[in-house]
Amino acid sequence: MGINIIVPVKQVPDLVEELEINSEGTDLEREWLKYKMNEWDENALEEALQLKDAHGGTVTVLALASGDVDEMLFTCIAKGADKAVKIVGDFEESHDNHTAARALASAMRAMPYDLILTGVQAADDLDGQVGVLLATYLGLPHVSVVSGIEVDAAARVAAIHQEYAGGIMANFEVDLPAVLGVQAARAVPRYAPVSRVRQAMKTATIEEIEAAEPVGAGAGISVRRMYKPESSGHAEMLEGDTDDVVERVIDILRERGIWRA
Amino acid sequence: MAEHDVFVVAEQLEGKLSDVTFEMLGKARSLAPLLGGRVVAVLIGHEAQGLAAQLGAADHVLVVDDPALQHFVPERAELALRILLRNEQPALTMIASTSMGMDLAAALSAALDWPLIAYCSDAQIADGLVVATSQVYGGKIAVETASESQHTIISVIAGVFPAAEGQSSVPAASMQTVASGVSGADRVRFKGLSMPEAGDVDITRESLLVSVGRGIGSKDNIEMVEELAAALGAALSASRPIIDSGWLPKLRQVGKSGLTVKPKLYLAVGISGAPEHLQGMKDAELIIAINSDASAPIFEVADYGIAGDLFDIVPALAERLAAVRSE
Repeated sequence: MGINIIVPVKQVPDLVEELEINSEGTDLEREWLKYKMNEWDENALEEALQLKDAHGGTVTVLALASGDVDEMLFTCIAKGADKAVKIVGDFEESHDNHTAARALASAMRAMPYDLILTGVQAADDLDGQVGVLLATYLGLPHVSVVSGIEVDAAARVAAIHQEYAGGIMANFEVDLPAVLGVQAARAVPRYAPVSRVRQAMKTATIEEIEAAEPVGAGAGISVRRMYKPESSGHAEMLEGDTDDVVERVIDILRERGIWRA
Repeated sequence: MAEHDVFVVAEQLEGKLSDVTFEMLGKARSLAPLLGGRVVAVLIGHEAQGLAAQLGAADHVLVVDDPALQHFVPERAELALRILLRNEQPALTMIASTSMGMDLAAALSAALDWPLIAYCSDAQIADGLVVATSQVYGGKIAVETASESQHTIISVIAGVFPAAEGQSSVPAASMQTVASGVSGADRVRFKGLSMPEAGDVDITRESLLVSVGRGIGSKDNIEMVEELAAALGAALSASRPIIDSGWLPKLRQVGKSGLTVKPKLYLAVGISGAPEHLQGMKDAELIIAINSDASAPIFEVADYGIAGDLFDIVPALAERLAAVRSE
């Protein structure tokens, strides 16, 4: 028994870093960009590893080979993924999600799985979320913004919550295989120490699959202009050392009648 | 055929249309003349005529009525829309960028092979084509994207267009009920709604909120922010990453998947201000933000900003407030 789970993962620019726009104004300046694994994908992987612990089975991480994906995939193995696969093709660093979903779908047609967990979204989903696109290309049911996944491996169904605004949740039962867009794992995504990642790099291998040609027809959209939003009403910045700033905040709270002492 | 029309997919939960529906209808009213078409509202549900009557800002309302559509089920709603849109072929389809809309927009894009522009905060028509502005990279970057197709889907962020322009006291001039064609789609089954358990604090009713975000780093550090909230007599709220990490209860969450708040004071600590968060708090009367990143989007909506180390400022402010009070 057990369940075989595939988790498509990707890297996104680290938003903690300053983002610069390229000279054409059509994309980020990517030369010095620092990447990290999409935080929602981290949650999808954590949830997959937890489900594997509970039910047995395997967790396979799958990524498009663009940029430096090897380190991310080895990190996933260090965290407990059984297998890492990368799809090799002529992918641009800033490929769209329609392209990614088509490539993932074609790779998955040759892979066994009971469940596909994706991060519900990523910071650069300009053309929609990859999990929903993937599900549609594969003809699978999908639910986004999911938490609280419980799998009945024998009955091949999952009970899940879909989160709405205000803490309201819908409860669904979904036939497997399905694609679930994970909002939050049941536990904070685990951390893999550098030593474990290094060990994975030495001992594990990343399986490669050639992308089906052609890579895809794109997403049918073209970026005309990328820019940093102009501040229509930027905050008045409080300058000075900590004491100055604290006094200013208290003055403001007094002026507004919020603080009366 | 509706090849020049703007279709707005209405969103409802528990018999109530969400505000974003009216926001989209208002925007659609300004776009439809530029395309030379009508505004058509699409309502999916069962015996929802009462809701259909509220969609009078549209020229025409299409009601997809089916007992199987009584509750939102992604697979069924998507299939009903897929059939409808394939028949109607509208120029532009507007879907809310919400939990429900997320399952619809991308799936319809893939199924119909129509482009999708997601997370839109604005849209216009240029040379007959849809050009939309999206907020990406946590709201740090805006992108103006042109569709290359005669049929385009956009997903619209809640709260970016005024709802008033999409509200009407009289029903639409014409209304039509159509069959759904969703029978047999039952791989996803609705099992009920869970309402949030009443928490100790209702952050929507608090006049002062201190809100904590990812910048706090670890669960242990939240105590420091709690002390500031206590010193101010404020309640503690949080952004999504804090809730997803399980560090505070769900009912403390401000933003798209949480609650919308309008307090007298919103003091944001270590919150960068992704669009999903801003949506839930931008109408607070006074917003003060502390964040180490001077380019964080939270400073775009804050009245006052402090680009600094919250681990210095928060305890110093808490201490000073306590000291002033005891003077």
